[in-house]
Amino acid sequence: MTATRRFTDTFVVVLAMLAVWQVLHLIAGSTALPAPLPTLTYLLHNVTTDRFATNAAATIEAFFFALLLAYAVGLAIGVWMGAHRLSGAVGEPILVALYSLPKIVLYPVLLLIFGLGISGKVAFGALHGILPVALLTTGAIRAIPPVYLRAARTLQLTPWQTIRTVLLPAALPEVFTGLRIGFTVTLLGVLLGEMFASKAGLGSMIMTDMSLAQSEDMVTVAILLFAFAAVANGILLWIEHRLHRRV
Amino acid sequence: MSVASLPSREIHAQLEAVTRVFPAAPGAGAQPPVHALGPVDLDLRKGEFFAVVGPSGCGKSTFLEVLAGLQKPTAGTVTFEGKVVNGEVADGIGVVFQEDASFPWLTVWDNAAFGLRRNGVAAAEIRRRVDDTLAFMGLKDFARAYPSQLSGGMRQRVCIARTLVLQPRLILLDEPFGALDAQTRLLMGDEVLRLWRRTGASVLLITHALDEAAMLADRVGAMSARPGRFIEVIDTGWPRERDSTIVGEAAFGEITARLWERLRGESLKALGHAGADSMAAE
Repeated sequence: MTATRRFTDTFVVVLAMLAVWQVLHLIAGSTALPAPLPTLTYLLHNVTTDRFATNAAATIEAFFFALLLAYAVGLAIGVWMGAHRLSGAVGEPILVALYSLPKIVLYPVLLLIFGLGISGKVAFGALHGILPVALLTTGAIRAIPPVYLRAARTLQLTPWQTIRTVLLPAALPEVFTGLRIGFTVTLLGVLLGEMFASKAGLGSMIMTDMSLAQSEDMVTVAILLFAFAAVANGILLWIEHRLHRRV
Repeated sequence: MSVASLPSREIHAQLEAVTRVFPAAPGAGAQPPVHALGPVDLDLRKGEFFAVVGPSGCGKSTFLEVLAGLQKPTAGTVTFEGKVVNGEVADGIGVVFQEDASFPWLTVWDNAAFGLRRNGVAAAEIRRRVDDTLAFMGLKDFARAYPSQLSGGMRQRVCIARTLVLQPRLILLDEPFGALDAQTRLLMGDEVLRLWRRTGASVLLITHALDEAAMLADRVGAMSARPGRFIEVIDTGWPRERDSTIVGEAAFGEITARLWERLRGESLKALGHAGADSMAAE
Protein backbone atom coordinates (compact mmCIF):
# COMPACT_ATOMS: atom_id res chain seq x y z
CA MET A 1 0.00 0.00 0.00
CA THR A 2 2.79 2.41 0.85
CA ALA A 3 4.55 1.34 -2.34
CA THR A 4 1.61 2.38 -4.56
CA ARG A 5 1.28 5.55 -2.51
CA ARG A 6 4.93 6.40 -3.06
CA PHE A 7 4.55 5.68 -6.75
CA THR A 8 1.55 8.04 -6.96
CA ASP A 9 3.50 10.73 -5.12
CA THR A 10 6.44 10.43 -7.48
CA PHE A 11 4.10 10.54 -10.44
CA VAL A 12 2.45 13.73 -9.16
CA VAL A 13 5.85 15.38 -8.59
CA VAL A 14 7.05 14.48 -12.10
CA LEU A 15 3.80 15.80 -13.58
CA ALA A 16 4.12 19.06 -11.64
CA MET A 17 7.71 19.49 -12.82
CA LEU A 18 6.63 19.00 -16.42
CA ALA A 19 3.94 21.64 -15.93
CA VAL A 20 6.46 24.10 -14.46
CA TRP A 21 8.79 23.34 -17.37
CA GLN A 22 6.01 24.12 -19.86
CA VAL A 23 5.26 27.42 -18.12
CA LEU A 24 8.96 28.39 -18.03
CA HIS A 25 9.22 27.52 -21.71
CA LEU A 26 6.35 29.90 -22.49
CA ILE A 27 8.09 32.68 -20.54
CA ALA A 28 11.71 32.12 -21.64
CA GLY A 29 11.18 31.08 -25.24
CA SER A 30 12.46 28.15 -27.29
CA THR A 31 16.11 29.20 -27.51
CA ALA A 32 16.61 29.07 -23.77
CA LEU A 33 14.24 26.26 -22.83
CA PRO A 34 12.49 24.12 -25.44
CA ALA A 35 9.04 22.71 -24.62
CA PRO A 36 8.86 19.40 -22.74
CA LEU A 37 7.20 17.26 -25.40
CA PRO A 38 9.57 18.02 -28.34
CA THR A 39 12.56 17.72 -26.00
CA LEU A 40 11.53 14.32 -24.73
CA THR A 41 11.04 13.03 -28.27
CA TYR A 42 14.41 14.51 -29.23
CA LEU A 43 15.97 12.81 -26.20
CA LEU A 44 15.43 9.40 -27.76
CA HIS A 45 17.27 10.56 -30.84
CA ASN A 46 20.08 12.24 -28.92
CA VAL A 47 21.00 9.30 -26.68
CA THR A 48 21.61 7.09 -29.71
CA THR A 49 24.26 9.38 -31.19
CA ASP A 50 27.97 8.56 -30.99
CA ARG A 51 28.66 12.00 -29.59
CA PHE A 52 26.44 11.32 -26.58
CA ALA A 53 27.91 7.87 -26.03
CA THR A 54 31.51 9.16 -26.07
CA ASN A 55 30.78 12.00 -23.68
CA ALA A 56 28.69 9.84 -21.34
CA ALA A 57 31.53 7.31 -21.22
CA ALA A 58 34.01 10.08 -20.38
CA THR A 59 31.80 11.36 -17.56
CA ILE A 60 31.15 7.88 -16.16
CA GLU A 61 34.87 7.14 -16.16
CA ALA A 62 35.76 10.40 -14.42
CA PHE A 63 32.90 10.04 -11.94
CA PHE A 64 33.84 6.46 -11.12
CA PHE A 65 37.43 7.33 -10.25
CA ALA A 66 36.43 10.53 -8.44
CA LEU A 67 33.95 8.59 -6.32
CA LEU A 68 36.46 5.85 -5.59
CA LEU A 69 38.98 8.45 -4.49
CA ALA A 70 36.44 10.44 -2.46
CA TYR A 71 35.24 7.33 -0.62
CA ALA A 72 38.70 5.90 0.00
CA VAL A 73 40.29 9.14 1.19
CA GLY A 74 37.15 10.36 2.98
CA LEU A 75 36.69 7.10 4.90
CA ALA A 76 40.38 6.95 5.79
CA ILE A 77 40.39 10.53 7.13
CA GLY A 78 37.06 9.97 8.87
CA VAL A 79 38.15 6.77 10.63
CA TRP A 80 41.40 8.37 11.66
CA MET A 81 39.78 11.54 13.04
CA GLY A 82 37.03 9.55 14.71
CA ALA A 83 39.35 7.09 16.40
CA HIS A 84 42.14 9.49 17.35
CA ARG A 85 40.85 12.28 19.53
CA LEU A 86 43.61 14.83 18.97
CA SER A 87 43.53 14.42 15.18
CA GLY A 88 39.78 14.90 15.27
CA ALA A 89 40.02 17.99 17.45
CA VAL A 90 42.56 19.54 15.07
CA GLY A 91 41.20 18.25 11.77
CA GLU A 92 37.48 18.69 12.16
CA PRO A 93 37.33 22.52 12.29
CA ILE A 94 39.66 22.67 9.30
CA LEU A 95 37.46 20.32 7.28
CA VAL A 96 34.29 22.15 8.32
CA ALA A 97 35.86 25.44 7.15
CA LEU A 98 36.94 23.86 3.85
CA TYR A 99 33.48 22.39 3.41
CA SER A 100 31.91 25.84 3.49
CA LEU A 101 34.35 27.24 0.89
CA PRO A 102 33.23 27.55 -2.73
CA LYS A 103 35.64 24.94 -4.08
CA ILE A 104 35.32 26.25 -7.63
CA VAL A 105 37.81 29.01 -6.76
CA LEU A 106 40.41 26.28 -6.28
CA TYR A 107 39.74 24.77 -9.69
CA PRO A 108 42.38 26.82 -11.53
CA VAL A 109 44.96 25.59 -9.03
CA LEU A 110 43.90 21.99 -9.58
CA LEU A 111 44.02 22.46 -13.34
CA LEU A 112 47.56 23.78 -13.11
CA ILE A 113 48.53 20.75 -11.07
CA PHE A 114 46.61 18.02 -12.90
CA GLY A 115 46.09 19.46 -16.36
CA LEU A 116 42.99 19.62 -18.54
CA GLY A 117 42.50 15.87 -18.92
CA ILE A 118 40.63 13.37 -16.80
CA SER A 119 42.90 13.81 -13.76
CA GLY A 120 41.79 17.41 -13.22
CA LYS A 121 38.11 16.40 -13.27
CA VAL A 122 38.70 13.45 -10.98
CA ALA A 123 40.62 15.58 -8.51
CA PHE A 124 37.95 18.27 -8.52
CA GLY A 125 35.12 15.76 -8.09
CA ALA A 126 36.94 13.96 -5.29
CA LEU A 127 37.66 17.26 -3.57
CA HIS A 128 33.91 17.78 -3.26
CA GLY A 129 33.19 14.27 -2.03
CA ILE A 130 36.00 13.75 0.48
CA LEU A 131 34.78 16.35 2.96
CA PRO A 132 31.23 15.15 3.70
CA VAL A 133 32.37 11.51 3.74
CA ALA A 134 35.19 12.33 6.19
CA LEU A 135 33.07 14.55 8.45
CA LEU A 136 30.12 12.16 8.70
CA THR A 137 32.40 9.16 9.25
CA THR A 138 34.15 11.03 12.07
CA GLY A 139 30.77 11.78 13.63
CA ALA A 140 29.61 8.19 13.17
CA ILE A 141 32.63 6.76 14.97
CA ARG A 142 32.44 9.28 17.80
CA ALA A 143 28.75 8.50 18.29
CA ILE A 144 29.41 4.80 19.00
CA PRO A 145 28.41 4.33 22.66
CA PRO A 146 31.56 3.43 24.69
CA VAL A 147 29.58 0.68 26.42
CA TYR A 148 29.66 -1.31 23.15
CA LEU A 149 33.42 -1.57 23.49
CA ARG A 150 33.18 -2.73 27.08
CA ALA A 151 30.51 -5.23 26.06
CA ALA A 152 32.78 -6.49 23.28
CA ARG A 153 35.56 -7.04 25.80
CA THR A 154 33.31 -8.92 28.21
CA LEU A 155 32.15 -11.09 25.30
CA GLN A 156 35.86 -11.79 24.72
CA LEU A 157 35.98 -10.59 21.13
CA THR A 158 39.32 -10.25 19.40
CA PRO A 159 40.19 -6.74 18.18
CA TRP A 160 39.34 -7.77 14.62
CA GLN A 161 35.99 -9.26 15.71
CA THR A 162 35.27 -6.06 17.61
CA ILE A 163 35.83 -3.96 14.50
CA ARG A 164 33.92 -6.26 12.16
CA THR A 165 30.96 -7.24 14.34
CA VAL A 166 30.52 -4.23 16.65
CA LEU A 167 32.16 -1.01 15.49
CA LEU A 168 31.40 -1.37 11.79
CA PRO A 169 27.68 -2.14 12.11
CA ALA A 170 27.33 0.49 14.87
CA ALA A 171 28.77 3.24 12.66
CA LEU A 172 27.35 2.04 9.35
CA PRO A 173 24.04 3.97 9.15
CA GLU A 174 25.67 7.35 9.62
CA VAL A 175 28.69 6.48 7.47
CA PHE A 176 26.25 5.56 4.74
CA THR A 177 24.64 9.01 4.99
CA GLY A 178 28.10 10.42 4.28
CA LEU A 179 28.51 8.11 1.28
CA ARG A 180 25.15 9.23 -0.14
CA ILE A 181 25.94 12.93 0.22
CA GLY A 182 29.44 12.26 -1.09
CA PHE A 183 27.93 10.62 -4.16
CA THR A 184 25.80 13.67 -4.97
CA VAL A 185 28.51 16.30 -4.47
CA THR A 186 31.18 14.26 -6.27
CA LEU A 187 28.89 14.14 -9.30
CA LEU A 188 28.44 17.89 -8.97
CA GLY A 189 32.21 18.38 -8.81
CA VAL A 190 32.90 16.23 -11.87
CA LEU A 191 30.24 18.00 -13.95
CA LEU A 192 31.44 21.44 -12.84
CA GLY A 193 34.95 20.43 -13.82
CA GLU A 194 33.77 19.31 -17.22
CA MET A 195 31.80 22.47 -17.83
CA PHE A 196 34.66 24.85 -17.22
CA ALA A 197 37.73 23.13 -18.54
CA SER A 198 37.30 19.96 -20.50
CA LYS A 199 36.79 18.78 -24.03
CA ALA A 200 35.04 15.58 -23.03
CA GLY A 201 32.12 14.59 -20.85
CA LEU A 202 28.47 15.49 -20.49
CA GLY A 203 29.31 18.73 -18.67
CA SER A 204 31.37 20.01 -21.59
CA MET A 205 28.70 18.75 -24.01
CA ILE A 206 26.13 20.97 -22.31
CA MET A 207 28.42 24.00 -22.61
CA THR A 208 29.20 23.33 -26.28
CA ASP A 209 25.50 22.94 -27.04
CA MET A 210 24.84 26.21 -25.27
CA SER A 211 27.43 28.10 -27.30
CA LEU A 212 26.02 26.60 -30.50
CA ALA A 213 22.46 27.46 -29.42
CA GLN A 214 21.45 23.78 -29.61
CA SER A 215 19.09 24.07 -26.71
CA GLU A 216 17.34 20.74 -27.28
CA ASP A 217 20.66 18.88 -27.09
CA MET A 218 21.57 20.84 -24.00
CA VAL A 219 18.31 20.21 -22.17
CA THR A 220 18.18 16.50 -22.99
CA VAL A 221 21.60 16.01 -21.41
CA ALA A 222 20.51 17.98 -18.37
CA ILE A 223 17.35 15.87 -18.06
CA LEU A 224 19.33 12.65 -18.19
CA LEU A 225 21.73 13.89 -15.54
CA PHE A 226 18.78 14.90 -13.36
CA ALA A 227 17.22 11.49 -13.78
CA PHE A 228 20.49 9.70 -13.00
CA ALA A 229 21.11 11.76 -9.86
CA ALA A 230 17.51 11.38 -8.68
CA VAL A 231 17.39 7.61 -9.18
CA ALA A 232 20.80 7.04 -7.58
CA ASN A 233 19.89 9.24 -4.63
CA GLY A 234 16.56 7.44 -4.29
CA ILE A 235 18.23 4.04 -4.12
CA LEU A 236 20.86 5.22 -1.64
CA LEU A 237 18.19 6.89 0.51
CA TRP A 238 16.17 3.69 0.52
CA ILE A 239 19.17 1.70 1.75
CA GLU A 240 19.96 4.40 4.30
CA HIS A 241 16.42 4.34 5.72
CA ARG A 242 16.59 0.59 6.08
CA LEU A 243 19.87 0.92 8.00
CA HIS A 244 18.55 3.71 10.23
CA ARG A 245 15.21 2.10 10.97
CA ARG A 246 16.77 -0.42 13.31
CA VAL A 247 18.67 2.15 15.30
CA MET B 1 16.47 -26.56 48.01
CA SER B 2 19.23 -29.08 48.31
CA VAL B 3 22.20 -28.43 50.51
CA ALA B 4 24.49 -28.35 47.47
CA SER B 5 22.84 -25.18 46.17
CA LEU B 6 23.35 -23.28 49.38
CA PRO B 7 26.12 -20.70 49.37
CA SER B 8 29.28 -22.55 50.29
CA ARG B 9 32.35 -21.30 52.07
CA GLU B 10 34.37 -21.94 48.94
CA ILE B 11 35.97 -18.77 47.62
CA HIS B 12 35.01 -17.98 44.05
CA ALA B 13 36.67 -14.63 43.50
CA GLN B 14 39.05 -12.77 45.72
CA LEU B 15 40.37 -9.23 45.97
CA GLU B 16 43.50 -8.62 48.05
CA ALA B 17 44.52 -5.04 48.86
CA VAL B 18 43.25 -3.91 45.47
CA THR B 19 43.56 -0.22 44.63
CA ARG B 20 42.90 1.69 41.48
CA VAL B 21 44.42 5.10 40.81
CA PHE B 22 43.68 6.95 37.60
CA PRO B 23 46.87 8.62 36.42
CA ALA B 24 47.07 12.39 36.04
CA ALA B 25 45.80 13.74 32.73
CA PRO B 26 48.71 15.16 30.73
CA GLY B 27 48.87 18.55 29.05
CA ALA B 28 47.44 21.94 29.91
CA GLY B 29 44.82 22.05 32.63
CA ALA B 30 46.33 18.88 34.02
CA GLN B 31 44.29 17.05 36.62
CA PRO B 32 45.93 15.37 39.59
CA PRO B 33 45.79 11.57 39.79
CA VAL B 34 42.49 10.29 41.15
CA HIS B 35 42.57 7.59 43.79
CA ALA B 36 39.28 5.92 42.96
CA LEU B 37 39.34 2.66 44.85
CA GLY B 38 40.72 0.83 47.78
CA PRO B 39 42.60 -0.78 49.24
CA VAL B 40 39.78 -3.33 49.07
CA ASP B 41 39.76 -6.89 50.37
CA LEU B 42 36.88 -9.21 49.61
CA ASP B 43 36.23 -12.94 49.45
CA LEU B 44 33.33 -13.67 47.16
CA ARG B 45 31.89 -17.10 47.98
CA LYS B 46 30.79 -19.54 45.36
CA GLY B 47 27.07 -19.21 44.66
CA GLU B 48 26.44 -16.21 46.85
CA PHE B 49 24.59 -13.02 45.95
CA PHE B 50 26.71 -10.07 46.98
CA ALA B 51 25.59 -6.47 46.65
CA VAL B 52 27.77 -3.36 46.83
CA VAL B 53 26.20 -0.07 47.87
CA GLY B 54 27.85 3.29 48.32
CA PRO B 55 27.50 6.98 47.63
CA SER B 56 27.70 8.15 44.03
CA GLY B 57 31.24 8.45 42.69
CA CYS B 58 32.66 6.18 45.40
CA GLY B 59 34.32 3.79 42.97
CA LYS B 60 31.65 1.07 42.86
CA SER B 61 31.82 0.80 39.10
CA THR B 62 35.62 0.88 39.17
CA PHE B 63 35.46 -1.98 41.68
CA LEU B 64 33.31 -3.99 39.28
CA GLU B 65 35.49 -3.24 36.26
CA VAL B 66 38.65 -4.29 38.08
CA LEU B 67 36.99 -7.52 39.20
CA ALA B 68 35.69 -8.11 35.66
CA GLY B 69 39.12 -7.58 34.16
CA LEU B 70 38.05 -4.46 32.25
CA GLN B 71 40.57 -2.38 34.23
CA LYS B 72 43.89 -3.36 35.71
CA PRO B 73 44.31 -2.85 39.44
CA THR B 74 47.01 -0.30 40.27
CA ALA B 75 48.09 -2.49 43.19
CA GLY B 76 46.91 -5.73 44.75
CA THR B 77 45.61 -8.91 43.16
CA VAL B 78 42.27 -10.07 41.84
CA THR B 79 41.72 -13.80 41.44
CA PHE B 80 38.78 -15.65 39.93
CA GLU B 81 38.58 -19.43 40.37
CA GLY B 82 42.17 -19.40 41.49
CA LYS B 83 43.51 -17.55 38.45
CA VAL B 84 44.76 -13.97 38.48
CA VAL B 85 42.56 -11.43 36.67
CA ASN B 86 44.64 -8.58 35.31
CA GLY B 87 42.97 -6.47 32.64
CA GLU B 88 41.55 -9.40 30.66
CA VAL B 89 38.00 -10.64 31.08
CA ALA B 90 38.21 -14.22 32.31
CA ASP B 91 36.19 -17.13 30.96
CA GLY B 92 33.09 -17.63 33.07
CA ILE B 93 32.56 -13.97 33.97
CA GLY B 94 29.52 -12.20 32.52
CA VAL B 95 28.87 -8.47 32.85
CA VAL B 96 25.67 -6.44 32.46
CA PHE B 97 26.12 -2.68 32.32
CA GLN B 98 23.97 0.23 33.42
CA GLU B 99 23.85 1.67 29.91
CA ASP B 100 21.85 -0.06 27.24
CA ALA B 101 24.45 -2.25 25.52
CA SER B 102 22.05 -4.17 23.27
CA PHE B 103 23.14 -3.94 19.64
CA PRO B 104 20.44 -2.04 17.71
CA TRP B 105 21.36 -3.60 14.34
CA LEU B 106 20.59 -7.12 15.57
CA THR B 107 17.26 -8.70 16.47
CA VAL B 108 16.70 -9.82 20.06
CA TRP B 109 17.51 -13.38 19.00
CA ASP B 110 20.73 -12.40 17.25
CA ASN B 111 21.72 -10.23 20.19
CA ALA B 112 21.35 -13.20 22.49
CA ALA B 113 23.26 -15.46 20.10
CA PHE B 114 26.05 -12.92 19.61
CA GLY B 115 28.59 -14.24 22.09
CA LEU B 116 28.01 -17.89 21.18
CA ARG B 117 28.52 -17.26 17.46
CA ARG B 118 31.88 -15.65 18.10
CA ASN B 119 32.96 -18.70 20.08
CA GLY B 120 32.37 -21.24 17.34
CA VAL B 121 29.55 -23.11 19.09
CA ALA B 122 27.56 -25.51 16.86
CA ALA B 123 24.41 -24.02 15.30
CA ALA B 124 22.01 -26.48 16.90
CA GLU B 125 23.52 -25.86 20.32
CA ILE B 126 23.25 -22.08 19.79
CA ARG B 127 19.58 -22.43 18.83
CA ARG B 128 18.82 -24.53 21.87
CA ARG B 129 20.60 -22.25 24.33
CA VAL B 130 19.24 -19.01 22.87
CA ASP B 131 15.64 -20.28 22.70
CA ASP B 132 15.97 -21.53 26.27
CA THR B 133 17.37 -18.27 27.59
CA LEU B 134 14.87 -16.07 25.74
CA ALA B 135 12.01 -18.15 27.15
CA PHE B 136 13.52 -17.87 30.62
CA MET B 137 13.86 -14.08 30.30
CA GLY B 138 10.30 -13.69 28.95
CA LEU B 139 11.59 -12.56 25.55
CA LYS B 140 10.32 -15.46 23.46
CA ASP B 141 7.62 -13.40 21.73
CA PHE B 142 10.11 -10.65 20.90
CA ALA B 143 12.81 -12.83 19.36
CA ARG B 144 12.41 -11.19 15.94
CA ALA B 145 12.02 -7.63 17.25
CA TYR B 146 14.78 -5.05 17.18
CA PRO B 147 15.83 -3.42 20.49
CA SER B 148 14.47 -0.06 19.30
CA GLN B 149 10.99 -1.60 19.41
CA LEU B 150 11.38 -2.53 23.10
CA SER B 151 11.16 -0.65 26.40
CA GLY B 152 14.26 0.09 28.49
CA GLY B 153 13.51 -2.79 30.86
CA MET B 154 13.12 -5.24 27.98
CA ARG B 155 16.38 -4.10 26.40
CA GLN B 156 18.17 -4.68 29.69
CA ARG B 157 16.71 -8.20 29.67
CA VAL B 158 18.19 -8.66 26.20
CA CYS B 159 21.60 -7.72 27.61
CA ILE B 160 21.12 -10.15 30.50
CA ALA B 161 20.10 -12.87 28.03
CA ARG B 162 23.20 -12.20 25.92
CA THR B 163 25.31 -12.76 29.03
CA LEU B 164 23.34 -15.77 30.31
CA VAL B 165 23.65 -17.85 27.12
CA LEU B 166 27.38 -17.96 27.75
CA GLN B 167 26.61 -19.71 31.06
CA PRO B 168 28.77 -17.48 33.25
CA ARG B 169 29.71 -18.74 36.69
CA LEU B 170 30.09 -15.19 38.04
CA ILE B 171 27.60 -12.55 36.92
CA LEU B 172 28.52 -8.91 37.52
CA LEU B 173 25.67 -6.41 37.36
CA ASP B 174 26.64 -2.72 37.24
CA GLU B 175 23.53 -0.82 38.33
CA PRO B 176 21.57 -2.59 35.62
CA PHE B 177 18.25 -1.13 36.75
CA GLY B 178 19.46 2.40 37.45
CA ALA B 179 17.64 3.82 34.46
CA LEU B 180 14.36 2.02 35.16
CA ASP B 181 11.34 3.15 37.16
CA ALA B 182 10.83 1.88 40.72
CA GLN B 183 8.15 -0.74 39.96
CA THR B 184 10.06 -2.18 37.03
CA ARG B 185 13.14 -2.31 39.24
CA LEU B 186 11.36 -4.43 41.86
CA LEU B 187 10.20 -6.84 39.16
CA MET B 188 13.66 -6.98 37.57
CA GLY B 189 15.00 -7.73 41.05
CA ASP B 190 12.75 -10.80 41.14
CA GLU B 191 14.09 -11.79 37.73
CA VAL B 192 17.65 -11.57 38.96
CA LEU B 193 16.83 -13.71 42.01
CA ARG B 194 15.22 -16.26 39.73
CA LEU B 195 18.20 -16.46 37.39
CA TRP B 196 20.61 -16.55 40.31
CA ARG B 197 18.78 -19.57 41.74
CA ARG B 198 18.46 -21.35 38.43
CA THR B 199 21.99 -20.86 37.13
CA GLY B 200 23.68 -21.41 40.47
CA ALA B 201 26.13 -18.67 39.51
CA SER B 202 27.64 -16.20 41.96
CA VAL B 203 26.15 -12.74 41.49
CA LEU B 204 27.73 -9.41 42.32
CA LEU B 205 25.36 -6.46 42.06
CA ILE B 206 26.43 -2.84 42.15
CA THR B 207 23.63 -0.49 43.11
CA HIS B 208 23.00 2.89 44.67
CA ALA B 209 19.62 1.73 46.02
CA LEU B 210 19.91 0.52 49.62
CA ASP B 211 16.53 -1.24 49.49
CA GLU B 212 17.52 -3.09 46.33
CA ALA B 213 20.71 -4.35 47.98
CA ALA B 214 18.89 -5.27 51.20
CA MET B 215 16.20 -7.16 49.33
CA LEU B 216 18.36 -9.12 46.87
CA ALA B 217 21.66 -9.99 48.45
CA ASP B 218 22.98 -12.61 50.88
CA ARG B 219 25.63 -10.09 51.89
CA VAL B 220 25.77 -6.36 51.36
CA GLY B 221 29.05 -4.47 51.29
CA ALA B 222 28.76 -0.80 52.23
CA MET B 223 31.39 1.28 50.48
CA SER B 224 32.87 4.53 51.73
CA ALA B 225 33.12 7.78 49.80
CA ARG B 226 36.03 7.92 47.33
CA PRO B 227 38.48 6.21 47.49
CA GLY B 228 36.00 3.36 47.92
CA ARG B 229 36.61 0.88 50.76
CA PHE B 230 34.28 -1.55 52.47
CA ILE B 231 33.29 -0.01 55.79
CA GLU B 232 30.94 -2.85 56.65
CA VAL B 233 29.70 -6.12 55.21
CA ILE B 234 26.23 -7.11 56.43
CA ASP B 235 24.79 -10.63 56.36
CA THR B 236 21.11 -10.40 55.45
CA GLY B 237 20.29 -13.98 56.39
CA TRP B 238 17.58 -14.32 53.72
CA PRO B 239 16.57 -17.83 52.63
CA ARG B 240 17.61 -18.80 49.10
CA GLU B 241 13.94 -18.95 48.06
CA ARG B 242 12.87 -15.30 48.26
CA ASP B 243 11.32 -12.57 46.20
CA SER B 244 10.42 -8.89 46.36
CA THR B 245 7.64 -9.54 48.92
CA ILE B 246 10.32 -9.59 51.65
CA VAL B 247 10.24 -5.79 51.55
CA GLY B 248 7.30 -6.22 53.95
CA GLU B 249 9.36 -8.04 56.56
CA ALA B 250 10.72 -6.39 59.67
CA ALA B 251 14.26 -7.58 58.96
CA PHE B 252 14.23 -5.79 55.60
CA GLY B 253 13.60 -2.46 57.33
CA GLU B 254 16.35 -3.19 59.87
CA ILE B 255 18.92 -4.01 57.20
CA THR B 256 18.06 -0.94 55.15
CA ALA B 257 18.21 1.26 58.26
CA ARG B 258 21.57 -0.24 59.26
CA LEU B 259 22.97 0.41 55.77
CA TRP B 260 21.78 3.99 55.81
CA GLU B 261 23.25 4.52 59.26
CA ARG B 262 26.65 3.45 57.92
CA LEU B 263 26.37 5.31 54.65
CA ARG B 264 24.76 8.60 55.65
CA GLY B 265 28.05 10.22 56.62
CA GLU B 266 29.78 8.83 53.52
CA SER B 267 27.04 10.20 51.28
CA LEU B 268 27.44 13.61 52.87
CA LYS B 269 31.20 13.40 52.25
CA ALA B 270 30.53 12.50 48.64
CA LEU B 271 28.39 15.63 48.37
CA GLY B 272 31.28 17.66 49.76
CA HIS B 273 29.38 18.50 52.97
CA ALA B 274 31.51 20.48 55.44
CA GLY B 275 30.31 18.81 58.62
CA ALA B 276 30.45 15.34 57.19
CA ASP B 277 33.21 14.00 59.41
CA SER B 278 31.69 15.06 62.68
CA MET B 279 28.27 13.76 61.65
CA ALA B 280 29.70 10.45 60.53
CA ALA B 281 31.52 10.07 63.83
CA GLU B 282 28.32 9.88 65.84
